Amino acid sequence: MDTEKNPQVEARVFRASVGPHISSGESVPHIMWTVSAALLPAAGLSIYYFGLPALSVLVLSIVSAIVFEALAQKLAGAKITISDGSAILTGLLLGMNLPASVPFYLPVIGSAVAVIITKQLFGGLGYNIFNPALIGRAFLMASFPRFMTTWPLPQGSLSLARPDAVTGATPLGILKEEGYRKLLSHFASRHDMYVQLLLGHRGGAMGETGIVALLFGAAYLLYKGYITWHIPVTFIATVAVLTAVFGGDPWLAMLSGGLVLGAFFMATDYVTVPQLKRAQVAFGLGCGIITALIRLEGGYPEGVCYAILLMNCFTPLLDRAFKAKKFGEASAKA
Amino acid sequence: MRITSFKGGVHPPDNKKATASLPIVDAALPERVVIPMSMHIGAPAKPIVGVGDLVKKGRKIGEAQGAVSVPVHASISGKVMAVGNFPSPMGVDAQAVVIESDGKDEWADDISGHDDYLSLNPDVLRNIIKEAGIVGMGGATFPSHVKLSPPKEKKIRYAILNGAECEPYLTADARLMEENPGDIIEGLKIIMTILRVTDGFVGIEDNKKAAIKAMSAEAGKVACELMVETYYERDGIQYEVPKGCKMGVKVIPLPVKYPQGSEKQLIKAVTGLEVPPGHLPMDVGAVVQNVATAAAIYQAVRFGRPLIERVLTVTGPGINEPKNLRVRIGTLFEDVISQCGGINKKAAKVVMGGPMMGIAQADFGVPVIKGTSGIVALSEKEAVNVMDFGPCIRCGRCIDVCPMGLNPSVLGRLIEKGRFEEAKEYGLLDCFECGSCSFVCPSGRPMVQFTKWAKRELARKKAKAS
Repeated sequence: MDTEKNPQVEARVFRASVGPHISSGESVPHIMWTVSAALLPAAGLSIYYFGLPALSVLVLSIVSAIVFEALAQKLAGAKITISDGSAILTGLLLGMNLPASVPFYLPVIGSAVAVIITKQLFGGLGYNIFNPALIGRAFLMASFPRFMTTWPLPQGSLSLARPDAVTGATPLGILKEEGYRKLLSHFASRHDMYVQLLLGHRGGAMGETGIVALLFGAAYLLYKGYITWHIPVTFIATVAVLTAVFGGDPWLAMLSGGLVLGAFFMATDYVTVPQLKRAQVAFGLGCGIITALIRLEGGYPEGVCYAILLMNCFTPLLDRAFKAKKFGEASAKA
Repeated sequence: MRITSFKGGVHPPDNKKATASLPIVDAALPERVVIPMSMHIGAPAKPIVGVGDLVKKGRKIGEAQGAVSVPVHASISGKVMAVGNFPSPMGVDAQAVVIESDGKDEWADDISGHDDYLSLNPDVLRNIIKEAGIVGMGGATFPSHVKLSPPKEKKIRYAILNGAECEPYLTADARLMEENPGDIIEGLKIIMTILRVTDGFVGIEDNKKAAIKAMSAEAGKVACELMVETYYERDGIQYEVPKGCKMGVKVIPLPVKYPQGSEKQLIKAVTGLEVPPGHLPMDVGAVVQNVATAAAIYQAVRFGRPLIERVLTVTGPGINEPKNLRVRIGTLFEDVISQCGGINKKAAKVVMGGPMMGIAQADFGVPVIKGTSGIVALSEKEAVNVMDFGPCIRCGRCIDVCPMGLNPSVLGRLIEKGRFEEAKEYGLLDCFECGSCSFVCPSGRPMVQFTKWAKRELARKKAKAS
């Protein structure tokens, strides 16, 4: 075409396709970064409590998750997608599930199990059945039980000392081994116990402490619509109700262990939980029942990790059981 | 009346500001037009003119083939230069008649209309609409006379005009409603006469206040009487709507939400009824036509003018002077765009229709057809690249927005694996390709492409089996 003669409509070839040609602008990296950012207050609080060792565990698990993701994809001849942020989130979540005092090779091994075995071997992002970070944690729990159950106590300031200088049991551990009365004796009053648990002034994995910071991040994700109430609220409420029914302290049940971290950040992982809202309520209910069962009757003081992993198995079944309701289906029956 | 909107839907930025207040202007008479024989759903028309023939505007140049087909007419007066395959905005080359203008723009001699159009026999009216080549002008291009011929056992109670115009950027229907509400309402009265219904509705999205005002004023004047007697049986009871029953037209403001202008979603908003999966609007007693189609029906019945021009919106960041233009069918995109100040460097994708359901064109050598509601030049920033998509992360956003209550995430995964039959069980055929799922998908998955592909493969398999 003579572009001189008609400069306005120059000859260009455009991308042809069917619609839609516009999008909401939402992207996988944006989601992953947002969820990671929502975990930062809690991560920051754990670094404050447990000092530089906490920082090093977090950095190690994140960096190794990225490296293993790239390595696995390179070996498989697949496109390297570390920029989608999902490996970073997996690494961060794994780190939050560890005590700050673990030796350096634990986060590395955990990341390898999480990223290579749980995620990439199952087909990569979107295809894994189990929550990668939780499988990583479960593997470490089974392989290194001593490291995984030695809980540093918060120091209350940025400390360079190895935090295992002062260790202690978690509140749930004390509850399991020595009973409620003994646990209560560690605090000035019942009210003081709740406050201390909320603020994270107690032993535990990094993500178990600082509940107030976790709730802050969770509130942001709820507000932004990245997660919905269905799983976390059902999960936590079920644990509280069952604990109360069996004579326990529901407030202690809600504020202790990894329940808040698990319910808001792990049981809401899109890939491994049901898609339909009603199925999600059933999923949350199942998680709550298993957690309460393990805590009340099982050998372990805490059951959130296994509860979520067990319910991950039921995700396809739940999605099938609660099929989406089609437009016009109701009037078809009438 | 309480409006029950549908579940789901999306809210893309409407971007209608550039053209919402621009009056419709007549485009310059094109020097040549390329008129495809297939501008409708159904069998393409057959050319009945040859190279060298002199035609006047409104003259039939293509004959309808079969029941679901419409004829095609010359949109300018001049000489037939070619009959052959030419690029079409639908994506594949199609048989077309090329006419070069003689500059006179004369109507054919046999164009004549009816003053007393509301007293015509419904069959006569249907035939006029068919012979005028009228199809759904919202973009679906289904022949209007077929929609207006429901089988006898289907009692139609609602005649609904679609003025939702829920696609971003487009303002052609809104301007038409503001400027020519009379034509539209008269067209609706003709539709009501054909369907023998007394209740007419016009659904308009609530963001088009001026259109709602203009249409309401015009609808308020409707006080005519149904001039043909009608009776029907339903559940064993004989109903009669005697001659002389008053017609009434209501304008229904609709919630602003895409795809509010989809037929089934519109029916739900206006009547509260849901068309069951696999059924047609007439199964719940509704017939829907676009507002521009109604205006074209009026032009055809009152003045005998076939569908040879339409209003479209030329807009988007890539267009220098956005406009609402009345354009002759067959005018090439390049001739339309050059009247709108041309295209600029921002243009990355040029879409026929709206950015949600329109078809992006490779170049501008394609003609405006009966279903061209707009030409939208999108910028690189807003235009998605469908080649660039990732795996489904099962976030469920698509399920939340699907207006048909489907699970696009599962559909996409099944189709990717070639499991079309299973996709069908998950409601593939209920999908009308509104693209809401792709719009919200963080992985940018091309759900509409998947769906079209799967539907075609299923149809191919079925054809093979029979």
